[in-house]
Amino acid sequence: MSAVVAEGLSKRFGATEALRGVDFEIERGKVLGLLGPNGAGKTTAVRILCTLLEPDAGRAFIDGIDVLAEPRRARSRIGLTGQFAAVEERLTGFENLQHVGRLFHLQTSEARRRARELLDRFDLVEVGNRVAKTYSGGMRRRLDIAMSLIGRPSVLFLDEPTTGLDPRSRLGMWDVIDELGRSGTTTLLTTQYLDEADRLADEIVVIDHGAAIARGTADELKRRVGGELVEVVLADPGDGQRVIDLLAPRALGTGQVVTGTSMVAIPVEDLTGIVPAVVRDLDAAGIEVLDVGTRHSTLDDVFLALTGRPAEEHAPDDGDSEVGPEAEVRALAATHQAQEEALS
Amino acid sequence: MTATQSLTQAGARDETPSGLMWSLRDCWTEASRHLRALPRNPEVLVFSTIQPVMFVLLFAFVFGGAINVPGYDDYNQFLIPGIFAQTVLFGSTFAAVGLAEDMSKGIADRLRSLPMFEPAVLIGRTFADLIRNLITFVVMLAVAFAIGFRFEGTLAEALVATLLLLSFAYAFTWINALLGVSVSSVEAANSASFTWIFPLTFVSSAFVDPRSMPSWLEPIARNNPFTIATNAVRALYNGRAAGSDLWLALAWAVAITVVFAFLASRKFTSSTR
Repeated sequence: MSAVVAEGLSKRFGATEALRGVDFEIERGKVLGLLGPNGAGKTTAVRILCTLLEPDAGRAFIDGIDVLAEPRRARSRIGLTGQFAAVEERLTGFENLQHVGRLFHLQTSEARRRARELLDRFDLVEVGNRVAKTYSGGMRRRLDIAMSLIGRPSVLFLDEPTTGLDPRSRLGMWDVIDELGRSGTTTLLTTQYLDEADRLADEIVVIDHGAAIARGTADELKRRVGGELVEVVLADPGDGQRVIDLLAPRALGTGQVVTGTSMVAIPVEDLTGIVPAVVRDLDAAGIEVLDVGTRHSTLDDVFLALTGRPAEEHAPDDGDSEVGPEAEVRALAATHQAQEEALS
Repeated sequence: MTATQSLTQAGARDETPSGLMWSLRDCWTEASRHLRALPRNPEVLVFSTIQPVMFVLLFAFVFGGAINVPGYDDYNQFLIPGIFAQTVLFGSTFAAVGLAEDMSKGIADRLRSLPMFEPAVLIGRTFADLIRNLITFVVMLAVAFAIGFRFEGTLAEALVATLLLLSFAYAFTWINALLGVSVSSVEAANSASFTWIFPLTFVSSAFVDPRSMPSWLEPIARNNPFTIATNAVRALYNGRAAGSDLWLALAWAVAITVVFAFLASRKFTSSTR
């Protein structure tokens, strides 16, 4: 039996169709990434599964419990970390945890014991007796997740857990979620960050305008646009179509000129020996290139292929702010990984 | 990873215990969230102690000598119960702001996703506000005594007056609770609650005799439930017969509490938003 089942979830707010018949299941112990831009319907789906919102149509089950029929029973199985760090600023970290533990109807001594255990687990022992108002964004988020784990839920909901965090805190949060995932916490993670879903989720459901438009593992999704990409930077942007045609025999799908650049991206199956081959082809055709490189395709490419638009364009609100931190996070992640490898 | 493994559990669990005792405990847990935070929030303490003291002193010294009310030799004996009533009613607006904050910060969602007694969030809040209003009242009373205010009646009458005052303010806390769970932001809650509390408390008998008002305003002021409560409280503190005002004010308090507690709880627990 799947830990979470969503069947044909539909919800309309006035003229907006937030969800249009979305289905998904989460196997016990797995992390499902619900990936989509702002306003795609991710939060609406989470709110329905967490018994906060009634769908217009469809059904939802947590551990086989119908959330519409028995919301209170369902609530004893779930932990919710919403979009905003829902911590009581006027209470200390310890008091926040204890408070939620008591509302989960744990015995007083058990609530205290759990609070101490979670402070320790989430690196908050030193600040446990400070009021949460003084916490940094990353500390608040960690406390927030700790609070949603106090009742030992069988399913954890993380709604955009890294939105609004600085790059360093975001990496810290990734480690926390990664570890929860590895320890077998059934998790529904929503995110608008493609690299986040790629890194943390076992399976991904891409949702756009209230409908699931693709699903699979990150690798499966990437394979839909070709697993690997060759990128050619041209001296003359006008050569784009010629290059795409010239390299078509080596390509897996159709190459594309990357909008606004003089770069052509060609999906291929295997990178082995591809660069010399491409350079020879281009040289023979007399096309001047500035650079030829390869990279693994990302979920950005998937989104582009699925919707015809890059993911960031969907979210004009924070489109600008996303590009900077995203790139920064990737750079930091690379350093992070290099350090880890050096240590081990 | 053993520590992490114990963070969640994969198997089926028993349902979280519930029942009347657990519901009451939830109410107390929620009330204690606010009570514990009270001494840590200087703004709230200032608003609930220093500001009322200022009100008593300003009104008493600024208007005290200028206004004559028929039937009262000393205007302060007339005015101070009015200030008490107005101040505790102002105190009822904390619920609107506090609940709007819980709603907008995601705290309400977190609480509603727990297997708790949901109305406890509102009951705990209103109860904590009642305690804070009691503190405010005690501070004001001390200052009022210092500038010469006296209970002219029996201690029992003064006690009944105080209970009526606080239960009337408690009833209004529920109106503000409904506001708090209905509006979209903290700022909206703040302005929305004062928008009706101000005229309600001024177009009343709190500071002047309604007979001194324009003829179109007088009947409004006279029938204002706040006037009825103020009149009853004032009469009791001054050892005079409160008459039907006492029962009418109590009826208002009970009716407002019942109706608005129901409406606010229904709004808070509804899952249509």
